[in-house]
Amino acid sequence: MKEIRIHARAGQGAITTAALLGTAAFLGGKYALAFPHFGAERMGAPMNAFVRLSDQVIRLRSQVYEPDYLIVLDPSLMRGFDVFEGFQPGGIAIINHHEKVQCPKPIQNIKVFTVPGNDIATEVLGRPIGNTTILGAFAAATNEFGLESLQQAILERFSGEVAKKNAEAARRGYEYITKGF
Amino acid sequence: MRQYREGSHAVAEIVRLCKAQVISAYPITPQTHIVESLAQMVADGELNAEFINVESEHSAASVVQGASATGVRTYTATTSQGLLYMIEVLYSIAGLRLPVVLTCANRAVSSPINIWNDHQDSVTVRDAGWLQFYAENNQEACDLHLMAYRLAEDHEIMLPVMVCMDGYILTHAYEVVDLPEQSQVDKFLPDFKPVHCLNPDKPISMGVLMGPESYTETRYAIHQTMMDALNVIPGIADEFEQVFGRKVNCLIEKYRLEDATQVFVAMGSMVGTIKEMVDGLREDGQKVGLLKVIAHRPFPKKIVYEALKNAREIAVLEKAISLGEEGPLLSDVKSAFCGYGNQPKISGFVLGLGGRDITKKSIFEVQGALAGSQVDVKFIDLKI
Repeated sequence: MKEIRIHARAGQGAITTAALLGTAAFLGGKYALAFPHFGAERMGAPMNAFVRLSDQVIRLRSQVYEPDYLIVLDPSLMRGFDVFEGFQPGGIAIINHHEKVQCPKPIQNIKVFTVPGNDIATEVLGRPIGNTTILGAFAAATNEFGLESLQQAILERFSGEVAKKNAEAARRGYEYITKGF
Repeated sequence: MRQYREGSHAVAEIVRLCKAQVISAYPITPQTHIVESLAQMVADGELNAEFINVESEHSAASVVQGASATGVRTYTATTSQGLLYMIEVLYSIAGLRLPVVLTCANRAVSSPINIWNDHQDSVTVRDAGWLQFYAENNQEACDLHLMAYRLAEDHEIMLPVMVCMDGYILTHAYEVVDLPEQSQVDKFLPDFKPVHCLNPDKPISMGVLMGPESYTETRYAIHQTMMDALNVIPGIADEFEQVFGRKVNCLIEKYRLEDATQVFVAMGSMVGTIKEMVDGLREDGQKVGLLKVIAHRPFPKKIVYEALKNAREIAVLEKAISLGEEGPLLSDVKSAFCGYGNQPKISGFVLGLGGRDITKKSIFEVQGALAGSQVDVKFIDLKI
């Protein structure tokens, strides 16, 4: 079983991100449990969402304390607290990076991918919502599911132009890892 | 069909498949996604029902009570303060023998205000005359709703049913659920045929005054029905399996109890976490097992006793407490052993209140406390 912790601020779509990630894994033939952890329900407050992926039914319901994978949707959170807490050796972190925020120095035994998700999203979607780009990068970095599964999950979740553009944003995130741009 | 759905949406889909005709609810987190989905389905014409918006839970319960009395299939959902606000109507619905189905998206009660999960809300209304089932996961939540309508409307039962699913932990969790086809649901759940109903052409009175000469008999009848339901449920669960090709447990589930000397007893979503623990401890060669209680009311006392009688140490874990006494489930489990010799140690643990996370460590703490003498109330993960 792989455990994922998503860091974001309330309103940034962490729950949708977790749900899309779980759906993509499901479409790729896995079991997935995606669930949010709500704080005091105000926009902008730090919050987490969690996903577990497994080849078997997932029964464990506790929050994720020792993630194998990390997704940081808002890098400004790294100013305040340690998003790497409990991170497992061999872990992979995907950080939605922008230049104003200093990214952490590489830590031993973990891989950190910084992806300019919001910049790519601004190009593709016209809005700086990098979630689907980051998920594309996650798919490429972890191999937990294919880009096709992710794009299918996006097309099921959204409709019309928004769906198409987000599927494209996912591809861009995927290729940012596989091709380096 | 296997789908990846949020628990709330999956339950709303089941209610749609069950063709609820009158739905009334007042939004309260974490129940909102269920009733929002249903309102959307009604608005989109996917569900031919009347969705009645009301100004409070008391009214929501009153609306489904009245609607059910006219002989239509009804649904409501609530949680926490909303459920407590419904209480007088909940008793009334049971007294009128109306087959209302209610989802309780379990949440802590005030004060202090807390929107997160525990079982204090539904446990508080366990004596209202509603059958009460607790789901471990979203598949079970779906299946228990199908069972709920079937049982509630069974002429041998004719009592309301409350399906309890942990707020957030289940309602807001996305996981794989196998949702049935309409044809399967229609086969399992025929149209609701009321025993009596309000009809202007054939007027009757319901809920009339009954004095000391007859009130007792109404309570006796409900109690007797609850006891009878314990015998009716397995047969209907068999039918469920025939139609849907999947087993549904409605009373208890035994997990690795064969030869177990140490047994955890619990309800709801924490059972999943405990199952993981039990597997780990079994790999270490420890003889541990789990008894999942699904039916809190009627409480399957004899079945619980039979499942637990060979255990030496029993740990009852619950997300509720009768303040000033002990956990309500603990009292039930202890009473199951009353009158038998060779009593095991039966200890009670309160945890997961107001959304405090239940981790494997929490369950270890419970297990660690079992070696000592029996405890009535031990708070786990307590920060003092």
